[in-house]
Amino acid sequence: MSAFFQQEVPLSWYLLLSAVLFSLGVVGFLIKRNLITVFMSIELMLNGVNLSFVTFAQQWHAVKGQIFVFFVMMVAAAEAAVGLAIIIAVFRARATLDVDRIDRMKL
Amino acid sequence: MNFSLHLWLIPLLPFAGFLINGILGRRLPKWLVTTVALLAPLAAFAVVFVAVLSLLGPKDGASPFPFIETCPLPWINAGLLHIDFSFVLDQLSLVMLLVVTGVGFLIHVYSVGYMSDDEGYARYFSYLNLFLFFMTVLVLAGNALVMFVGWEGVGLASYLLIGFYFQKKSAADAGKKAFIVNRIGDFGFLIAMFLLVANFGTLSFTEIATKLGQDPGWTGGVVTVIALCLLLGAAGKSAQLPLYIWLPDAMEGPTPVSALIHAATMVTAGVYMVARTHVLFDHSPFALGVVATVGAATALFAATIALVQNDIKRVLAYSTISQLGYMFLGCGVAAYSAAIFHLMTHAFFKALLFLAAGAVIHSLGGEQDLRKMGGLRRKLPVTFAVTTVGVLAIAGIFPFAGFFSKDAILYAAFNQGIYGKILYTVGIFTALLTAFYMARLWYMAFLGESRSPQGHVHESPWSMRGPLIVLALLSICGGWIGIERFGAFLAPSVGVRVMQVGGNPHIELYLSIFAVLVALEGCLIADKYYRRKPERPARLAENHPFAYRLLASKYFVDEFYGAAVVKPLLGFSKVFLEWVVDVGILGGAAWLLGGTATLAGAILQRWQSGNLRSYAAWLAAGAAAVLLFVLVPWTSVLASLPAIHLGLAGH
Repeated sequence: MSAFFQQEVPLSWYLLLSAVLFSLGVVGFLIKRNLITVFMSIELMLNGVNLSFVTFAQQWHAVKGQIFVFFVMMVAAAEAAVGLAIIIAVFRARATLDVDRIDRMKL
Repeated sequence: MNFSLHLWLIPLLPFAGFLINGILGRRLPKWLVTTVALLAPLAAFAVVFVAVLSLLGPKDGASPFPFIETCPLPWINAGLLHIDFSFVLDQLSLVMLLVVTGVGFLIHVYSVGYMSDDEGYARYFSYLNLFLFFMTVLVLAGNALVMFVGWEGVGLASYLLIGFYFQKKSAADAGKKAFIVNRIGDFGFLIAMFLLVANFGTLSFTEIATKLGQDPGWTGGVVTVIALCLLLGAAGKSAQLPLYIWLPDAMEGPTPVSALIHAATMVTAGVYMVARTHVLFDHSPFALGVVATVGAATALFAATIALVQNDIKRVLAYSTISQLGYMFLGCGVAAYSAAIFHLMTHAFFKALLFLAAGAVIHSLGGEQDLRKMGGLRRKLPVTFAVTTVGVLAIAGIFPFAGFFSKDAILYAAFNQGIYGKILYTVGIFTALLTAFYMARLWYMAFLGESRSPQGHVHESPWSMRGPLIVLALLSICGGWIGIERFGAFLAPSVGVRVMQVGGNPHIELYLSIFAVLVALEGCLIADKYYRRKPERPARLAENHPFAYRLLASKYFVDEFYGAAVVKPLLGFSKVFLEWVVDVGILGGAAWLLGGTATLAGAILQRWQSGNLRSYAAWLAAGAAAVLLFVLVPWTSVLASLPAIHLGLAGH
């Protein structure tokens, strides 16, 4: 039992988790109708990518990967602020968050 | 010599006048416009004078000419080709400068009176100053390219001033005609410059002369081609056959412009250019022969047309063409100093005649038709007197200016063997015609009874009479310097041509007396036809309807050019340039580009459904495609494909 806990988690597990998170994000992004859920799916994709970044950074003892993650988190925070503001504006204007009904931006 | 004469001031002073009057003229008071406009040529004239005095000052024996002043900055440096912006002051350019700025100043003064009521007063003087700027650049030019700058510039100023009354369609058309016909000549000038660069590697007049002098083998061949191309340029600018057609139409401009640009200075630029590049012509007897032939032919041709013209300015225009023909004849027999001498005296008396004609037109309220003049002798005594001087000068009556210079040219032609005798005959016959049509103009305008409906005829203001009187004095005295002294002065610039003295040492005297008799005869014929038997001209025209129509219609040259050149060119432009090139190629290409973009847009806009999830799907699909492209080792996949195929075929 203790030997099991003392084992290192293999690299592939991290990557698998990262891929699962990313794929969940993609699927949510594609199929969900609620604008906020779509938005959260994007965050999920970003975090999936972040996970693989830190994994490789740990693996190769390189700090670059972690710096990348900080950048991504920073941009994601800014994006969340802007995105949520847009969502509120959309909701005020259209009284709905269903992406299929927000389709006026076309020729 | 390492001091500067500030030659650059000579063109730049009129240019400053052009800028001031051109930009601010409409807002400035009239007296200020006048002051600026008159100061520009006067100051330029003064600079020329000062330059001469400071050159002649230190008498150390050596000739101060040619004085070359080069802009310290390089102008064109391309590979082996170096062209400086250089001015040269030598005897030739000095004479020309004094004529241009001196006569130019007088005509500026005259214009103050002539144009006083015109609303384009400031515009007129700014153009006139612009012309002086370019003309002085042309004259001072130390190499062919600088000359070309002035050459094109005077063409521009001429265009602007011919079309000065641009609301009138005929004036605008005449401006265009002058510009376009001059383009043909400029083409020749350009080709000549290319050939000069290719063969001599320089455009500087002095260097070309040095190189030609070093190698006596330079004769004929390429030198002839260069000289003929230069002649084409000169023929365009100086209105010689076959490019003279623009000058009669150029009379649409204000009369002082006709006097300054289309009689005294600009049209003589061709003669000046031939004299300036005389070394090239000297090395090509054939080209010289062509110059002489063109000159003699033009002189005769234009004089015959002038016989029957009824527009006072057109008579003078054709007479200008004819006199320019004399100058070319002089150049063609290598008597360059005689040609320049005639250029100078012609500038005096032709400017005088044009300005006098302007005074007549001015006082008759714009009437230019000789048939509606007459009897002006009493009403315009000053104009009558100065016109008389001008007519005597151009007819070549002793001792007026024209006699000396025309005589010098004819004598030089006479000395050139058999062909020279033929040219001389043409020249002396033209002198007869010249005397006739000038006397005709004089009789029709000033003598007899008034045929003008205009009741009140007044003499022009003093600003116009003053220049007339000065020019009349110059037309009397201008020739007294004599060709020997004038030629000796010019000799360092244009070379000396040793005159073959015939068996009779008095031949020059006899020829002179003969020329004067011929001129008197021309006047007598005119006297008979237009004073004693005024019904004779009409009867003559009736008896020879064909000849009369031929002359009155100017040999149908304009019609011929219209049919042979303009019409086909217009047709070609219409069919080929408009329909094939413009509509077909250019329009087609534009249509094709635009059509492709529109079509692509029409298809691609379907993607923009507005549906967020379809965008998301395309985004994901794109990301997947990129991944596929990056991750799959396409090269090895592709390499294995034929193997699979072959393997299958093998079974």
